[in-house]
Amino acid sequence: MTTLTDPPKESFRLSMLIYDTRYRSMTIQVVAMFGFMLLAAWLINNTITNLNALGKPVEFGFLGEPASYDINQRLLDYTSRDTHLRASLLGLLNTLVVAALGCITATILGVLIGVLRLSNNWIVARIMTVYIEMFRNVPVLLWIVLVMAFLIEGLPAPREFRGDDATASMILNETVAITNRGVYVPEFLFSRPLGDISLLGTSSLRFDVSLELIVLVLVFAAGLYVSGRIGRYADRTQEQTGERPVVWYWRLAVVVIPFAIVSWMLGLHLGYPALKGFNFQGGTHLRNSLIALWLALSLYTAAFIAEIVRAGILAISKGQTEAAGALGLRPNRIMSLVVLPQALRVIIPPLISNYLNLTKNSSLAIAVGYMDITGTLGGITMNQTGRELESILLLMAVYLTISLSISVVMNWYNNKVKLVER
Amino acid sequence: MKKSIFFGTLALSGIAAGAAAAGTLDDVKARGKLNCGVSTGLVGFAAPDANGNWDGFDVAVCRAVAVATLGDANAVEFVPTTGKTRFTALASGEVDMLARNTTWTFSRDVDLKFEFVGVNYYDGQGFMVPKDLGVSSAKDLDGATVCIQTGTTTELNLADFFRSNNISYEPVPIETNAEAQQQYLAGACDVYTTDASGLAATRATFENPGDHVLLPEIISKEPLGPLVRHGDSEWGDIVRWTLNAMITAEELGVTSANAGEMAGGTNNPEINRLLGSEGTLGEMLGLSADWAKNVIMSQGNYGEVFERNIGENTPIGLARGLNAQWTNGGLIYSPPFR
Repeated sequence: MTTLTDPPKESFRLSMLIYDTRYRSMTIQVVAMFGFMLLAAWLINNTITNLNALGKPVEFGFLGEPASYDINQRLLDYTSRDTHLRASLLGLLNTLVVAALGCITATILGVLIGVLRLSNNWIVARIMTVYIEMFRNVPVLLWIVLVMAFLIEGLPAPREFRGDDATASMILNETVAITNRGVYVPEFLFSRPLGDISLLGTSSLRFDVSLELIVLVLVFAAGLYVSGRIGRYADRTQEQTGERPVVWYWRLAVVVIPFAIVSWMLGLHLGYPALKGFNFQGGTHLRNSLIALWLALSLYTAAFIAEIVRAGILAISKGQTEAAGALGLRPNRIMSLVVLPQALRVIIPPLISNYLNLTKNSSLAIAVGYMDITGTLGGITMNQTGRELESILLLMAVYLTISLSISVVMNWYNNKVKLVER
Repeated sequence: MKKSIFFGTLALSGIAAGAAAAGTLDDVKARGKLNCGVSTGLVGFAAPDANGNWDGFDVAVCRAVAVATLGDANAVEFVPTTGKTRFTALASGEVDMLARNTTWTFSRDVDLKFEFVGVNYYDGQGFMVPKDLGVSSAKDLDGATVCIQTGTTTELNLADFFRSNNISYEPVPIETNAEAQQQYLAGACDVYTTDASGLAATRATFENPGDHVLLPEIISKEPLGPLVRHGDSEWGDIVRWTLNAMITAEELGVTSANAGEMAGGTNNPEINRLLGSEGTLGEMLGLSADWAKNVIMSQGNYGEVFERNIGENTPIGLARGLNAQWTNGGLIYSPPFR
């Protein structure tokens, strides 16, 4: 009998990194990682060296210099003497506005079209198919330019509203003017304003918050909260007694009446647009660059969302619809109570990427002269200061931040609606 | 094998780059063609005609340099550039010179490392409005909607002008001249502003040019001229003195018609030096003795080029104004040929 000896204690040798399958893949990955980092470092170093040789070192001081150009759509106060940083901020706000408007409109349109495409009505379903194929298969830039051309060529110029033999007139009881410079709608004004709070002093990022707006929002939110409490009281009563007390007028009243009283105290009234000088003055001016971009992005993205919605609905087995029908639910209630809530789980993840696409596509704004952040920071500022690298890096950081923020919010929502498994 | 091809290509491009830096004139001669950056199309200044031949005021400068260096007015490769791409094209060596209504400014000269060789058109920013608007001065434009090409010096001038006159306006930023024309004609903006010469050229293409007026205010100085890269002063000299030869020729009364005859010798020594019958000016530039004579016989003097392309008898109809010879009260002035 031979005695079993312990296998020799294996000592680690350097060659095992390559020849030992336990380590090999790790070795390869580390080497590849190093190679990649070296390449990146070389590229960055190369860029910085060359820029230094050109006499253009990377620095962001230009953001503090006066921008010297004007921006037409301003959500904050701005003059041409403000800094490039403030011009970028205004551009960023414009990007966010069009992205938010676009996402909301695209979702509503998309859901509607997606559902209608599944309609049993042959004509409706075919029209929706044509819509989807048309918008999905033509580049969005062309849609933006087309909508803009329609707005400019198709609508009357402000001068056609003038004089006794005016060929165009305002609509909705002389309150809304639709011109080829945009749509002028009434604005909300306060005759007894409470004033503004200025935040961040006189820096480039300063902004004013109007107190009356805060008050109104607070009153409205409080009304909604109380209304919710009343609703829950009704639910409780229904569970206990089986009879639901009629509370809808209470719920409406606690929201509307305080809001109306506060509005009256602040002197809320509408300011109407009127033709003065070259343009309509007063009211809110929705520029046709905004409308063109908003409309085109919404219509385009809606086509994609419609397909996602259709996929989501088709993913719910037909048995569910039939079961709901057997319980006596009408088709539209089946859709809203049974099918759509389940379909949301399939719909949300691809919907996120469409929101991101819409936001990124909004950078095509320059085609219609909408001053988004690509138009200010990545357009005029870059062109006037010659700081290409810095501007583009900043721009990328901004879009990355926006996109990641949208993803975070939508993922949170997705986690809420997804199937809870036990 | 593959590697050697790769390195060979690298080496070759290195050599090419080195050659480009060495001498632009030798480069142009070796290539047999002058690469000249022009605008993408501004009638009168640089635009291809129906047959695809480039023609215009700026184009004439390119052709003149081609005649001076290669002896052939058609040995030019015209490279259309936009307001954004023009400087990159010149800096990278894609074009040998730029003749594209480009404003001579401090930062372009110093910071972007270019050399403006002279001014061939003294311009300024103007405003165009429809006649029936009833506006006679830019100061009446309070509240007007203004179409403007974005990313140009005109955008900054506009902001400054309205600010200093304390009047408001609504800017409509636009990318190209063609788009601006569309919006302006549709009435989406009340006013179109750019260099006055560009306005005149744009108006000339309208169906009813008479329905539009240029306002009297010129709100900026826009000296337009050809430019070359830093680093090759000999080449800069050739472009500069080709332009000066055309200007001097007008001053001395040398035209495309009489240059051949005058080259035989005149009583005016400066004409003789210019046309090469006396002195060695051409040799000093590294060109033939009769370079200037060829330029003038091919393209004409400055005044002829002006009248032919943008003068009062063309649809563009620009008066000489600041661009008259200094002897006629203008700013066009060449250093002497001596």
